[in-house]
Amino acid sequence: MSDPRELYQQVILEHNKKPRNFGKLEACTHHAEGHNPLCGDQLELTLVVEDGLVQDIRFQGSGCAIDMASASLMTGAVKGKPVAEAEAMAEQFRGMVRGDLEPGSETPLLGKLTLFSGVKNLPSRVKCAVLPWATLHAALKGEAEASTE
Amino acid sequence: MSTAVQPLDVTAIRKDFPLVSRVLNGKPVIYLDSAVSGQMPLPVIERMSKYERDEHTNVHRGVSTLSQQATDYFEAAREKVRRFIGAASIREIVWTRGTTEAINLVAQTFGRMMVKEGDEILLSGMEHHANIVPWQMLAEEKGATIKVIPMTDDGELILESLDELITDRTKLLGVVHVSNVLGTVNPVKEIIARAHARGVPVLVDGAQAVPHLQVDVKDLDADFYVFSGHKLSGPTGIGVLYGKLAHLEAMPPWQGGGSMIRSVTWEKTTYVAAPGKFEAGTPPIAAAIGLGKAIDYLTALGLDRIAAHEHDLLVYATERLTRIPGLRILGTAKQKASVISFVVEGIHPHDMGSLLDGEGVVVRAGHHCAQPVMARFNVPATTRASFAYFNTREEVDVLVSAVEKAIELFK
Repeated sequence: MSDPRELYQQVILEHNKKPRNFGKLEACTHHAEGHNPLCGDQLELTLVVEDGLVQDIRFQGSGCAIDMASASLMTGAVKGKPVAEAEAMAEQFRGMVRGDLEPGSETPLLGKLTLFSGVKNLPSRVKCAVLPWATLHAALKGEAEASTE
Repeated sequence: MSTAVQPLDVTAIRKDFPLVSRVLNGKPVIYLDSAVSGQMPLPVIERMSKYERDEHTNVHRGVSTLSQQATDYFEAAREKVRRFIGAASIREIVWTRGTTEAINLVAQTFGRMMVKEGDEILLSGMEHHANIVPWQMLAEEKGATIKVIPMTDDGELILESLDELITDRTKLLGVVHVSNVLGTVNPVKEIIARAHARGVPVLVDGAQAVPHLQVDVKDLDADFYVFSGHKLSGPTGIGVLYGKLAHLEAMPPWQGGGSMIRSVTWEKTTYVAAPGKFEAGTPPIAAAIGLGKAIDYLTALGLDRIAAHEHDLLVYATERLTRIPGLRILGTAKQKASVISFVVEGIHPHDMGSLLDGEGVVVRAGHHCAQPVMARFNVPATTRASFAYFNTREEVDVLVSAVEKAIELFK
């Protein structure tokens, strides 16, 4: 395991303190709640999906800095993107933080989300980083709940 | 604490714990997590290893010299437990896998026998899940209800509520001796006396108490007292159910199988007396012998000296942590064991746990298997440091500076 301080970079700390897209879209088309029973992290995602695009997305909930920053950066990254691309990002993100990407494979969709790549060295925190993405996946699939149990 | 107590030679004691001299991720390991699981001293590890290497067989089986010796060691450990907690007879000491299994055993035998539809089970508001869920399962099966003894913001049980909470339908009271989250030492002797005055038997969860204070089940007049080996400098996989002999004799067996029978025919099976009737199958023999050795080790150090040392660390750590702005300690009871749970404004306990881990400081971050306690204090989780007899003030200093570093990072 590496020094956890490498993960707690300014961007993550700043998004934790001032999360973007925080709140709830009352007129949403998609919605899901995510729970991490081990930590007690919880997250509610609301989305407006139109013409195959994620037009708007908000989250609310409480959790650790990894979870909050992951949700904040995720909402910024998928907003305006086609649903298929958002799903592909979720796939790449999960692969990156779980450390089960094929060696040499790229994560071209993730951009600054690669900030979270250090999570793979903190196995106990992987579920925190993944929770927003698992919840997004559930919402887009039309499932009401996601759990990283 | 009495000043007459000779201080522990912690430098010498630490030589018995190789883990506390380890370096992990480039940092010396500071083990402040004995409430999660205590470390075993070398004499315990070596005793178990000797049993497995030179003495291993089964107990209560056959006529071989080896089997007789194994049985003697195994039963000698039971006698050590009896003496350690002041029970009247070794027949009152039942081996279990741990505290959780001991409580489940009582719930599914004594509980099933006593609790009927409409009855009530009274639990304290600071129980570990181990002393909640088995009773909820029983209550659901029987159509009974669970009632809860409330606590103050300091984490002390409100005993005035007992008069009202104990009713004619109360069939059992379950209370933790020392809270694993708050460190509160509950006045169990008084609680038991008040419950008995109303005819209610009491189960005490002593998992966090036995490592820190001298327990005398006869003096407490506990009906059941349960604890685990691994919090008492012993191994995992072994625990103890103490029960008053009259209760154990009245209770039906729990699991069926070998060892717990007197005779088996296709028509009818009869059972041996307590404690044997609760010990089906091959027990964890090395673990029981190891626990016996752990009790020898602690007794030789002196429980009063251990308590004095841990109390000094508790007072010192409380003083230092309290001075950190934004840090709040949960559990400020007058009587506390060496457990400190805290939260820091703006930093989730899991982030704190990871950052402390990065400094080599091993603590528990989470809900501590006590979610109702988290709800009572309106926090999702806490960070918890727990101190044992091998810890030092210097290690407390490392904890404090690691907390300060984390706060600095999150500023």
